[in-house]
Amino acid sequence: MLTAMEKKRLEKKARQLREHIVEVTFTCGGTHIGGALSQHDILVALYYKLMKIDPKQPDWEDRDRFVLSKGHGGVGHAVVLGDLGFFDAALLDDFNKTGSPFGMHLDRLKVPGVDASTGSLGHGLPLALGMAMGAKLQGRSWHTYCIVGDGECHEGSIWEAAMAAGHYKATNLTVFVDKNRLSLDGPTKDVMNIDPLDGKFEAFGWRVITIDGHDFDSICKAVEDSHAEEERPVVIIANTTKGRGVDFMEGQTAWHYGGLDAEMRDKALASIRRTG
Amino acid sequence: MAKAQGLTWTIDDADHMTQAEIYGEVLTNLGLEDERIVALTADLAGSTKIGKFQKKIPERFFNLGIAEANMIAIASGMAATGLIPVVSTFAVFASLRAAEFVRTDICYQKRNVKIIATHSGTSFGQSGTTHHCTEDLAVMRALSGITVIAPADSFETARAVKAGIEHDGPVYIRIGRGFEPPLHESLDFDYQIGKALRMRDGTDITVIACGVPVLHAVEAADRAKEQGVSVRVLDMHTLKPLDEEAVLEAVMDTRRIITVEDHNVIGGLGSAVSDVIAKSGKGCAVRKLGFQDEFSIVGYPEDLLHRYGLDADGIMGAISDVLKQDFETDEDWEDEI
Ligand SMILES: Cc1ncc(C[n+]2csc(CCOP(=O)(O)OP(=O)(O)O)c2C)c(N)n1
Repeated sequence: MLTAMEKKRLEKKARQLREHIVEVTFTCGGTHIGGALSQHDILVALYYKLMKIDPKQPDWEDRDRFVLSKGHGGVGHAVVLGDLGFFDAALLDDFNKTGSPFGMHLDRLKVPGVDASTGSLGHGLPLALGMAMGAKLQGRSWHTYCIVGDGECHEGSIWEAAMAAGHYKATNLTVFVDKNRLSLDGPTKDVMNIDPLDGKFEAFGWRVITIDGHDFDSICKAVEDSHAEEERPVVIIANTTKGRGVDFMEGQTAWHYGGLDAEMRDKALASIRRTG
Repeated sequence: MAKAQGLTWTIDDADHMTQAEIYGEVLTNLGLEDERIVALTADLAGSTKIGKFQKKIPERFFNLGIAEANMIAIASGMAATGLIPVVSTFAVFASLRAAEFVRTDICYQKRNVKIIATHSGTSFGQSGTTHHCTEDLAVMRALSGITVIAPADSFETARAVKAGIEHDGPVYIRIGRGFEPPLHESLDFDYQIGKALRMRDGTDITVIACGVPVLHAVEAADRAKEQGVSVRVLDMHTLKPLDEEAVLEAVMDTRRIITVEDHNVIGGLGSAVSDVIAKSGKGCAVRKLGFQDEFSIVGYPEDLLHRYGLDADGIMGAISDVLKQDFETDEDWEDEI
């Protein structure tokens, strides 16, 4: 469980990094900001409370593994890694610019701390499962975490991996679905319905925990529960809001990807500060 | 302001539309004329511009969600019932993610499906390598029975979409993300699948290009002309079937050929042209410009074209290199074809 102090610390960190996501979006011309803001609190809980990592040793063998299967959220991941000191955060000023190590989708060979180069949807979950299976086979202690988009769950490869994880009882894998209910073209229920997501995962042999993906107590409790599970892989269906924290982006399909001018940036920052 | 002229429709202001917008518009107009045309996408209606069809003809539009392989097979099934499915997603997903489905469900079974692949090459350069696609021409060329087209600008895209739909059989059309500067001034040019366009005539060297690099090749040819070098430029918009005659003419007339493509040099335009040269049995100096079997860095498309030598500067450099290149000529130097 989180202490009140810890929770406050996480909330403060999340706010500070949301601001940074807005800044990077402003300087680079455009990012997948909507989905970066919806996954954000999960990422902050993982990196600042839950995962066993060492920014000074990005390749430390026993570190927990993390795969951002919805790789377009790379801007949010990069901001976290930069803040933790995996690399010089000033490099983010050139995010997306020619010659920068950062594309919108992060490259594991260029960005320290990134365990898998994702961006093509539907790859990250099987990649993460492979890492979990590798740990088990070799008797290693690391835990593998993965964030999948809800639209991403359209991909057949997500369900191929889900079936395999159930089959191999990958209990050292914890998966979040960032369920913001929007994909690129609109609400998932209109584009291609994925519900009931919990019933689907259960049918594939998973334990399902459903939470508010912006509440740090719930996120941390769900992860603790996932560690205690001994029979099945665990998926945490995190109900989230696309664009969370920036009032004019919240729940808006149009903010899947976008840029900000100075005025919009100021409005976005003001909104983030207000909600904090 | 150019008008794009169809049989019964016109598009105003074609010269201010991107390749993708034009194709969305042309496809919609064709769809209004022909009820067999159906449009499919995989959660990229907005980005690929096939969404224009959705707005006008929602009953014949299908969004399959983010499931490209599934979409290709469904399109094949629909074609089996007499429909003409046009599917659109990013090139990397159409040609690589769904490759085996394209091969087995569309090409092998000879299904009349049209694939319009957007964001090809490095046209979505900032996105990162997962979204670049410098392999699709190689993959598609290797699939038996599919026509492979890489238009140079939005006008050519309009012509290609129309010709592609009129063609009975699988077609792959590769376009950019948008913002491609126009090569042509209007739709008023001879366009035929499989027939290269001679954009500049020349006798010292031939540059054969496809896609956005054609414009750069033309610019290079004009700059070279000022220096007294006569450069022929072929816009090889169709990679398959390739205009072998145009290549052979270039071999005989100039004996020096440069190919330019926003693609890996393995398997794409350069390889296709080299095959013809090899078959000709004639001596010819060849330089293939493209990605030299490497993944591109991240960056703006125009910066990347420059960095990898695919813009006018890069082509100029290659021209002066290849002009200096020695090779053994044969006795039939003056041969006619
Ligand atoms: C295989 C593949 N197809 C299409 C895309 C283009 N694309 C990028 S993000 C996106 C929508 C993703 O929706 P979701 O997983 O719900 O992400 P979120 O809403 O959290 O941003 C699409 C279609 C892609 N990156 N990969």
